[in-house]
Amino acid sequence: MTEVKTKVQKPVKLANPMDASIEPATQELIARAQQLGVETVFDRAVTMKPCAIGMQGICCKNCSMGPCRLPLPKDGIQGEDTRKGLCGATANTICARNFVRMIAGGAAAHSDHGRNVAITFLAAAKNQVDDYKIKDPQKLLQIAPYYGVEITVEEDGVVKDRDIQEIAVAVGEVAVREWGKPTGNLAMIKRAPQPLQDKWEAQGVIPRNIDREIVEIMHRTHMGVDQDFKNLMKQGTRAAIADGWGGSMIGTDLQDVMFGTPTPLQAEANLGVMKEDHVNLIVHGHEPLLSEMIVAACQSHELIDYAKQKGAKGIMLSGICCTANEILQRHGIPPAGNFLQQELAIVTGACDAMVVDVQCIFQNLANVAKCFHTKLITTHPIAKMEQDNVLHIEFDEHHAMEDAIRIVKIAIDNFENRSAEVMIPRHKTSQIAGFGVESIKYHLGGSFRGDYFTLNDNIINGRIRGLAGVVGCNNARTKHNEEHIVIMKELIKNDVLVLTTGCSAIAAGIHGLCTPESAAVHCGPGLAEVCETVGIPPVLHLGSCVDNSRILLAATEVVKAGGLGNDICDIPVAGSAPEWMSEKAISIGHYFVVSGVYTVFGYSLPVDGAPVFKDHLFKDMEKMYGGMWDCEPDPVKHAHKMIAHIDKKRKELGIDKARDRVLMDMADRQALGIE
Amino acid sequence: MSRLIAFAAIQGGYKVVSQVEGELETALQTYDASTPIGFPNTAYYLPVIYSLTGMKCETLEDLKKPMAFARGLLPPHIKGANHLPYLGPLLDAGMAGIFAYEVKEALRILREPDFYIFQEDPDIAAGKIWVGPADDTILRKRGVEFVDGSAPGFAAIVGAAPNAEIAKMIVEDYQKKSLYIFCAANHNGKTIIEQCLEAGMQIGWNTRIVPFGPDISSAVFALGFANRAAMAFGGVQPGDYRKMLMYNKNRIFAFVNALGDVGTEWAVAAAGCVNWGFPTIADTDIPEILPTGICTYEHIVANVPHDEICQKSVEVRGLKINITEIDIDLAFGPAFEGERVRGGDLYGQMGGNKTQCTELVKMAEMNEIEDGKVEVIGPDIGDMKEGDVLPLGIMVKIAGREFQTDFEPIMERQIHHLVNYIQGIMHIGQRDISWVRVSKAAVEKGFTLKDIGVVLHAKFHQDFQKIVDKVQVTLYTKKEDVDKLTAQAREEYKTRDSRVDNMTDEDVETFYSCSLCQSFAPSHVCAVSPERTGLCGAYNWMDCKAAFEINPTGPNQPINKGKVLDPVLGRFEGVDDFIKIASKGAVETYNFYSLVNAPMTTCGCCECIAALLPSCNGIMTVGRDYTGETPSGMKFTTLAGVMGGGASSPGFVGHSKFNITQKKFILGDGGLLRMVWMPKVVKDEIRERLNIRGAEMGVENFADLIADETVGTTEEEILPWLEEKGHPALKMASLIG
Repeated sequence: MTEVKTKVQKPVKLANPMDASIEPATQELIARAQQLGVETVFDRAVTMKPCAIGMQGICCKNCSMGPCRLPLPKDGIQGEDTRKGLCGATANTICARNFVRMIAGGAAAHSDHGRNVAITFLAAAKNQVDDYKIKDPQKLLQIAPYYGVEITVEEDGVVKDRDIQEIAVAVGEVAVREWGKPTGNLAMIKRAPQPLQDKWEAQGVIPRNIDREIVEIMHRTHMGVDQDFKNLMKQGTRAAIADGWGGSMIGTDLQDVMFGTPTPLQAEANLGVMKEDHVNLIVHGHEPLLSEMIVAACQSHELIDYAKQKGAKGIMLSGICCTANEILQRHGIPPAGNFLQQELAIVTGACDAMVVDVQCIFQNLANVAKCFHTKLITTHPIAKMEQDNVLHIEFDEHHAMEDAIRIVKIAIDNFENRSAEVMIPRHKTSQIAGFGVESIKYHLGGSFRGDYFTLNDNIINGRIRGLAGVVGCNNARTKHNEEHIVIMKELIKNDVLVLTTGCSAIAAGIHGLCTPESAAVHCGPGLAEVCETVGIPPVLHLGSCVDNSRILLAATEVVKAGGLGNDICDIPVAGSAPEWMSEKAISIGHYFVVSGVYTVFGYSLPVDGAPVFKDHLFKDMEKMYGGMWDCEPDPVKHAHKMIAHIDKKRKELGIDKARDRVLMDMADRQALGIE
Repeated sequence: MSRLIAFAAIQGGYKVVSQVEGELETALQTYDASTPIGFPNTAYYLPVIYSLTGMKCETLEDLKKPMAFARGLLPPHIKGANHLPYLGPLLDAGMAGIFAYEVKEALRILREPDFYIFQEDPDIAAGKIWVGPADDTILRKRGVEFVDGSAPGFAAIVGAAPNAEIAKMIVEDYQKKSLYIFCAANHNGKTIIEQCLEAGMQIGWNTRIVPFGPDISSAVFALGFANRAAMAFGGVQPGDYRKMLMYNKNRIFAFVNALGDVGTEWAVAAAGCVNWGFPTIADTDIPEILPTGICTYEHIVANVPHDEICQKSVEVRGLKINITEIDIDLAFGPAFEGERVRGGDLYGQMGGNKTQCTELVKMAEMNEIEDGKVEVIGPDIGDMKEGDVLPLGIMVKIAGREFQTDFEPIMERQIHHLVNYIQGIMHIGQRDISWVRVSKAAVEKGFTLKDIGVVLHAKFHQDFQKIVDKVQVTLYTKKEDVDKLTAQAREEYKTRDSRVDNMTDEDVETFYSCSLCQSFAPSHVCAVSPERTGLCGAYNWMDCKAAFEINPTGPNQPINKGKVLDPVLGRFEGVDDFIKIASKGAVETYNFYSLVNAPMTTCGCCECIAALLPSCNGIMTVGRDYTGETPSGMKFTTLAGVMGGGASSPGFVGHSKFNITQKKFILGDGGLLRMVWMPKVVKDEIRERLNIRGAEMGVENFADLIADETVGTTEEEILPWLEEKGHPALKMASLIG
């Protein structure tokens, strides 16, 4: 294969690698890219400024009378806010429209992912596809009741276990209907704590089906429909719940059943996992349907031998973004990097093929790939690229393994086309990943005593101050990984146990926070002691961004285990998306907020241009749902806002003071439950 | 460092499981796979395995399953760096170790049937110091103490103290705290039990110092005991492991003291115990696990000095112990109740056929007595030489605004155990056949007879606050005073007995409920009437009445008898209404005087269980101290296991021994004359009363017509004998149908 020689125009200004990222491999590869004249997102971020009005969230381009831009006066609103679009839409309306459209985008992305999983699951259950199976029947039995599916049958008056395949078909059929069922409410809502369900009921925000809520957002935000920001947010809430407690949750459930529920495992992270003498294949994107097949193909003797024939020592598979997290948590396949490292993986010169599906894929990958021998392969019918060096191999679940083998072979065949200049940074880190609702429970007490109560008890006794979910993307407008890592370190230093997903989790892995050893280095004494007792890292990797539903369910388990109130909003917990950039982050942020979690975003939220609407999100939400939005770009302050909220919740629970050692006589003991 | 503990315990798990797998393999080569195995006289198989998994191990072959289960629990080893979480794996490894230890003990009992002596107290003279697993008789007697709180918990001590003196200090401290001390394992060949013996202590269930066995595997007997208590009295179903372990965590306040170096085999046992919520407190510098969660407080606490270990252990477990501070020089508490004063230890004695020894409690007017006044009239211990005897009269006068003469016998009955609670003093018998033996050790510590009065004064005030305002005790040791008191006492006894004996169910309008153990057998409701004493044998109607008056919100509540619905079977409207509510609807009705028709519910605490024997047209009964087979096809333990959950099961009923000769005993089914079989030990005990009651019903020497195990233990075996003797039941109306 001949390299396409195009003259790359040097940008006027280049990013300073040291300012662009805190992570050495990234810094080294930015410098290398600049040496080779390859432009990356970091350089573009220097040359191209974001739109100041868009950042405030008050540009309406929903009809061709606009775009109407309603910037906030420099000295704020004095007296009445008279800003209006041509149709009269206020800043609040415009800002809310934009905000709920972001929710729609995010919920659509997660839920479409979930839909694909559900469709494949049903096909697998019906034996219509060969390459997908029920790998984790236990998980299926565990979730079936939530789908209203019986797991036993009565035959001649005797109750028997129902056939597992039959259960799978029933679950699959219920699942696929959740996207478009004409009547009723979303089934998964029942998994939330009852007081939360009651709040949703009272606010009238229980989703009906997943698609409908997204469609309704598009309708309501059409020119001249819903012009009350509170009513718009109500629909935003409904769609966000349909994401977190719907599409995402079903996606995670059925992925676990098909591919296995993750359990903690050892792995590595960062670009240094690529191997010069191996075929390097990188999977990037979000859905595990394809990557699972690629994992299997890469492990087949046939293809390993084939790679050896081609002069490689083997096949090194790694991942980027949430596909990386999916195969990390189930197979220990290392992530090569997170969102902002995607171009850099190709800049190593060692990436023989990068396979992408949906979400968070830079179109610029094609431009970078052009500068190297890398084959960039798109696989999803809804996600193609215009550049002509991109291969499209449409992935079809009926020929899943065939497609996977074909893709791996392309990578192997491309090994020999590498130029001599391979530069893989020598940076990689060990990590423990693969935590989930079930495995956390097990590790809190084993097969016999596993119970979230162990966690609660240590929150009550103050060793653990509280819990934080730190999730989300990278954003080229902030220093790569810095906010994630500073916030996490600040939290664990203050005895807050961190649960993480998505690119945030990859950052934590790369920076060594997902090792058990890091507890003694970075944690406050209480958290360090608990981590040492359980043998866990202070930052628990819970998977991909679709797996944020795991955090919701873990929080629900904490509520159920007792001692920390009756609802998620009672728990000393806070959420954070420090380097967010995608619409998915907004949807996730909002479903956390309306599930009762105080959620702080970093960088900037596009709501500053509409102060009243902003107050609705930042203040009113707490009264309605127990959780509320906040935004704080400074990572240390960001962490301390979360800690302050956790302390507030501890005080409300009456656990802000040291617990006395209570000695119990028989009457005291008889008053204790034994469940 | 928990990681080090996890590392050691998981290694220990592999070691123990592999070792026991080997032992099982060898056993399977030596014995037939169908060879019965098990712990003696228990209905709970290998109790830890049975209670947590539901597996019933009865033969050698059966042991393969729990061993496979244990093997499956063993987690991967812990890596040095970037390791996986280990708390769950650590606890699983511990459980695997415990299962293996239980199988190991079963194999030992198979190979060496005489290794353990299987009784309450060891036979030191014969060199049999290890008692092994408690059988169900001991369980029923002692287990209830753990669930009603009279034993606050147990200390499982593994290993040995540095010397006998320290061993004695620790063990005695636990005795004073009323804990049981379950001992197992050795440290470099030394055991704490041998140290106790060296220090001159009495060991055995009776002094709460239980010598389970010399190896760490014997520690499993402590867990098996706890789990059986939960099944027998706590209503926990076998296989419901979660409830079982939570029951132990929240009710049975036990902990482990590891005395000596903790190796992998101890580590795995300690990890196993954490599953129960039982922490380990060690005297060596081992890694600690301090965060809470699985246990109530800390999990492993290390390096505790010996003089602090008892206090520290109790604190770590979160146990509150109410110790009675009584102003005497001797230790005092229930742990000393079972202590004997044997010939060699004896300094002097009162009663016991050597002299007269009489006790009497009498009610007094408030202004008649002086509270706290204790007088010894006559010679005291200081006046005795070793080997001397003295007559003794204990006269207790009680005044109280709420006190009644009906309470006198109840208070009097307390004297026996209260005097026994004094370390080094032994009390036997009651009324005018009392016997007090004083040990040399007690005299050395300064015991005087006045101490008896001090104890009675203090405990009567403490335990009967509501009814007691003033207590005055006089101890007579001159023969003429004692004789005078005895004569007065005998008059009193006669009056009392006739009052109780002649009381019938028709005489009273109020029965009493007893829910002392209802929290343990959830749907069981005991109703006590004058002619149907409590089935545990501990409570009669008068006791219940007194208990209610002493504590109106306590476990004994009055039941208005109401309309008599069936005078023959003994069914009462008020009782039905009461039990419906008390059992939360589980039981609608029952009959007081029938075993065939809707009999009373039965809990695990019953003294005897009667069962229908259809071929003999009669019934049998068996007490809990008889461990053999019975004509019902079931041993007592099996019957209790089947019946004890609080169900009303036609054909079976629990009752007290005393009830057998009460007039209403299964009168609806024909009464005592239906009795065709009972164990010899019971028959001999109540022979006289059997004959009296039999005579009242028209059959002389009725006891001789009742078969026992010497005649047979099946219906086929006893029927010809009954026919030969002309047992009246054979001529009575058919019991069934």
